[in-house]
Amino acid sequence: MAGINNFLALMLQLSVPIILGALCGTIAERGGIILLGVEGMMLLGAFAGVAGSFFTGSAFAGVLLSIIAGALVGWIYALFCLKWKAHQSVVGVGVNLFASGITAVLLKAIWHTEGMSDPVAAIGSLTVPVLSDIPIVGALFKNQSPYLYAMFLIVAGVWILFYKTKYGLRYRAIGDQPHAVQTAGVPVNRYRYIAMMAAGAIAGIAGSYLSLSQNNLFVTDMVAGRGFMGLAANIFGGWQPIGSLGAGMVFAVAQAARFYLTDLEIPSQIVQMLPYVITLLILLFVGKRVKGPEALGKLVD
Amino acid sequence: MKKLKSMSELGKSLAAIGIALVIGAFFVLLSGESPMEAYGALLKGALGSPKSIANTISKSIPLAFTGLAVALGSRCGMLNIGAEGQLHAGAMAAVLTSLGLSFLPGPILMIVSILAGILAGMAVGSIPGIFKAKLNTSEVIVAIMLNYICTLFTSWLVNGPVKAQGSAAQTHVVPESVWFGRLIPQTQLTSAVFLLLIVAAAMYVFLWKTSLGYQLRAVGANASAAGTAGIKVNTFLIMSMVLSGGLAALAGVTEVFGKYHRFIEGFSPSFGFTGIAVAILGRNHPAGVLLTALLFGIMDMGSLRMARVTNVSTNMVTVVQSLVILLVAAPELIKWNKNRKRG
Amino acid sequence: MDAIKMKGIVKCFGPVRANDGIDFTVKQQEIHCLLGENGTGKSTLMNILFGLYHPDEGEIYIHEKKAAIANPNDAYALGIGMVHQHFMLVNQLTVLENIIIGKEQGGLFLDRKKSEEKVAELVERFGFKIDLHEKVVNLSVGMRQRVEILKTLYRGADIIILDEPTAVLTPQEVDELFKILRQLKKEGKTIVFITHKLNETMALSDRITVIRKGKVVFECNTADTNEKELATQMVGRSVETVVAKKGTKIGKTVLELKNVRLQEKAEDTVSLTVHAGEILGIAGVDGNGQQELEAMIVGNQKVKEGSILINGTPVEHMSVKERKKLGLGYIPSDRHRNAMIPGFSIAENFLLGYQENPEYCKNGFIQFDNLKKDARKQVELFETKLAGLDQQIGQLSGGNQQKVIFGRETSHNPGFMLVAQPVRGLDIGAIEKVHKTLLELKEQGKAILLISAELSEVMNLSDRIAVLYEGEVSAQFQNGEYTKEEIGLFMTGKRAGGKNA
Repeated sequence: MAGINNFLALMLQLSVPIILGALCGTIAERGGIILLGVEGMMLLGAFAGVAGSFFTGSAFAGVLLSIIAGALVGWIYALFCLKWKAHQSVVGVGVNLFASGITAVLLKAIWHTEGMSDPVAAIGSLTVPVLSDIPIVGALFKNQSPYLYAMFLIVAGVWILFYKTKYGLRYRAIGDQPHAVQTAGVPVNRYRYIAMMAAGAIAGIAGSYLSLSQNNLFVTDMVAGRGFMGLAANIFGGWQPIGSLGAGMVFAVAQAARFYLTDLEIPSQIVQMLPYVITLLILLFVGKRVKGPEALGKLVD
Repeated sequence: MKKLKSMSELGKSLAAIGIALVIGAFFVLLSGESPMEAYGALLKGALGSPKSIANTISKSIPLAFTGLAVALGSRCGMLNIGAEGQLHAGAMAAVLTSLGLSFLPGPILMIVSILAGILAGMAVGSIPGIFKAKLNTSEVIVAIMLNYICTLFTSWLVNGPVKAQGSAAQTHVVPESVWFGRLIPQTQLTSAVFLLLIVAAAMYVFLWKTSLGYQLRAVGANASAAGTAGIKVNTFLIMSMVLSGGLAALAGVTEVFGKYHRFIEGFSPSFGFTGIAVAILGRNHPAGVLLTALLFGIMDMGSLRMARVTNVSTNMVTVVQSLVILLVAAPELIKWNKNRKRG
Repeated sequence: MDAIKMKGIVKCFGPVRANDGIDFTVKQQEIHCLLGENGTGKSTLMNILFGLYHPDEGEIYIHEKKAAIANPNDAYALGIGMVHQHFMLVNQLTVLENIIIGKEQGGLFLDRKKSEEKVAELVERFGFKIDLHEKVVNLSVGMRQRVEILKTLYRGADIIILDEPTAVLTPQEVDELFKILRQLKKEGKTIVFITHKLNETMALSDRITVIRKGKVVFECNTADTNEKELATQMVGRSVETVVAKKGTKIGKTVLELKNVRLQEKAEDTVSLTVHAGEILGIAGVDGNGQQELEAMIVGNQKVKEGSILINGTPVEHMSVKERKKLGLGYIPSDRHRNAMIPGFSIAENFLLGYQENPEYCKNGFIQFDNLKKDARKQVELFETKLAGLDQQIGQLSGGNQQKVIFGRETSHNPGFMLVAQPVRGLDIGAIEKVHKTLLELKEQGKAILLISAELSEVMNLSDRIAVLYEGEVSAQFQNGEYTKEEIGLFMTGKRAGGKNA
């Protein structure tokens, strides 16, 4: 019983950055913008969080800064794609490289060292009374980071926005047929800018989870591919918020299994490979049938 | 006519580099250092002595190979983001072949091992190509997944089955017969540079002087016209990725046979991704790629001195390189004067 | 009262004057047909009315009040709605969602119930039969069009513009559409109907405006005119300088189409023959099967039913390369997309389609000497103006580009040539040259299939003519048997048998 509880708890912790990363992909790509730069955006968010906490002594300030930084990067990303009509995949690669470089540079500038920053004030974990005593499900409420609950709220929020509001309806249509939406009188690019800023903010939150909640410092390249995993989860989940949630959980299971499979003497790298292999296989079998937004990468005048 | 277009292209690339350096200088200031001092140290570190020039060239070689790889793919309209995984696969295959077949006479072992590396790179490179051609799924996500799979797989190998004794994650030293000869003592420059020049020349000849190369470029330039003319578009999409994978593999092979004489974990500081910047800046042309790789080599080599003399991290070079990618990739951002006058 | 009054509208796209000073008036509660051939500026004019384009000059009055229409929202505010030729529908959304986009009921949160009520009311009122919760991707073309119409009604349009609405409908769907439009007119709506089809114009409209080459050439009440007169106005008179000589020797059959089905919705198949030393002209408005004909003969589209033979050999299963080897030369209709590579040099474009021919390719290497020699010869033959063989072909004028392409295709001495829309986008001098070339090629004994949307071109050059309408041959005859007006009628659906089919 305890074993399952522990596994569940671990899996939930691991799922947060992946699911949030997947949501970024969902939001951006449902509007037609290819978002390869999630990895870099999360990294920048992670760094901004630590920097904010370091300079103010408050972890909350750090989280706030990570959200602002993320939104800013999202806006610039949209600028490159929409106004300057850059090749969107290349912008993604550029953003990732930029984030990797600039965080290391600023790390050295602030803490005069390479590799990792000093520890900073971080976000503590919570335990919800009563609910945490329930067997199995209680794992959800014991010693979990508040980010976990925030994540569920964000997923719910995106879902409501997408399916229950008129803005969501219009936005989803943009990814499929931007010209139709434009003809209906909707300012397509304005919606895309806002969406990219939102995606950026979420990436920032995801990054700050890694640096301020799972840890209490910044390590170079600490996102370690979880942004890309998020993108794959988005595809697997069919470009939907709930799908991203589910797919992210599946990937998290594979990641959590890593800690448990070491007992079985399966080398850690092989276990780490699992999520990526699974993604490939999924793409192989499901790829042709999973329909992404029909106008991914296409611009309107 | 042709010259005017190349001048305009060159101008755009130079403008991008210039702007990137200016933005980089801003970040240097942010770190509390002087840009003049930082850039000065960089230039001295890269070009200050014959030995440093040799090392600069040596640093350029893997970037040139990955740059050529991405350039070839781009000529057919395919963005090869998987160079990182392909070079790992190539390096490991070459090393294991040389270790496993060490009984073969020198020159043959060299050829066979290099071929093994190229084939491994080709095999990995073919996968995104096949996905794109047959399933029409994005070659980019597939390539990114393969990057992780290849790096993790080779990491497992070098930490496990093929690990040499000792604490470091590396294989045994490969037989001397496959070592690339050192050209200048006490530097890292090896005869791999000759291989690079031959490969670059071969790529030029292939693309512009052969029928197959012509068809590949036609598919990249106007797939519709190419298909109408009877060229099998899908075949070339896959072919370009296969060849690209082989080229990327050479980046890995030359590093492990030339510089380290073994497979050692972490030998590639993102050569694959930097190769994308090299290809874009070099306008997907072998000559441009070589020049750009040299430029990046200067930055990489010089950054070591810059980091010693000032407080600026070597990663500043990554920042400048990434800015170059972003600036060069945005056609509307750097518009040549002609367009502005008409508007 | 005039519902719409457009005065002096001018719209240029680069050097092309799509609308050249157009005055256009539509009375309230009438069905008005805007008639003209393809590319005459009808869609441009209506897109200006709908706010998607902005006119360079001119004024617009809606219900006799001056109007500035900067975007579709302004148009909707004035009561103008448009159903485009290529539907503006989001496939993955439902009918209801497509209709309400942009003007959904409710504040921040979508009030689905209220939206559905409003739309259902409209559906009921106008007698549409449609499932609001079906995804658009699952609907038939006729149904999708109804969704487009509902969109305009939902936004409160009382002026509805339809752009070539029947181009994609079956005859039954056309009848149903007409019923709906007449019903809308009864309800007080004003309808503008853009088309090139004469029979529909006569059946549906109250008044007609004919546009040719960006200008209004004719206006009348439908009751006062007939199809023949309209056809004359549509087709007009153009400057023809090149006409084929009569009585040239016709040789054996080179190309044959046997019972080929061009379009799925066509009821009949197509059978054609082209003989050596003959030009068979395919007339008809674009979109009636010409593209399929072109693609199937060359080998870029599978022939599902029927057979194509070159010199007696069936070629339906052969690749483009193999057909070219049998002696097929091809001038594609979409020059920029399919005939050349704009960024490549002239010499390299000369190689396109022949890159594996033994004289140009030895051991895999391109024989530039041979290539350039042949290219130079053709350039001189066609008097092509260029700076050098290394010049990018994209920098040449349209006429010179076409000369290069002709040179390429004829340099391999094909027995049969497929020539599609050869003078599209060319100036008068270049047109003359191309026509002269075609006649010379015919004299040399080549079999030529000429596909063109320009009727005058077809009539000047062809020995025999076949007219395509909705994927079938509505008429096939010797050139000279019928007048231009009569052929115009074949182009719009009338049937005929030729004396020499």
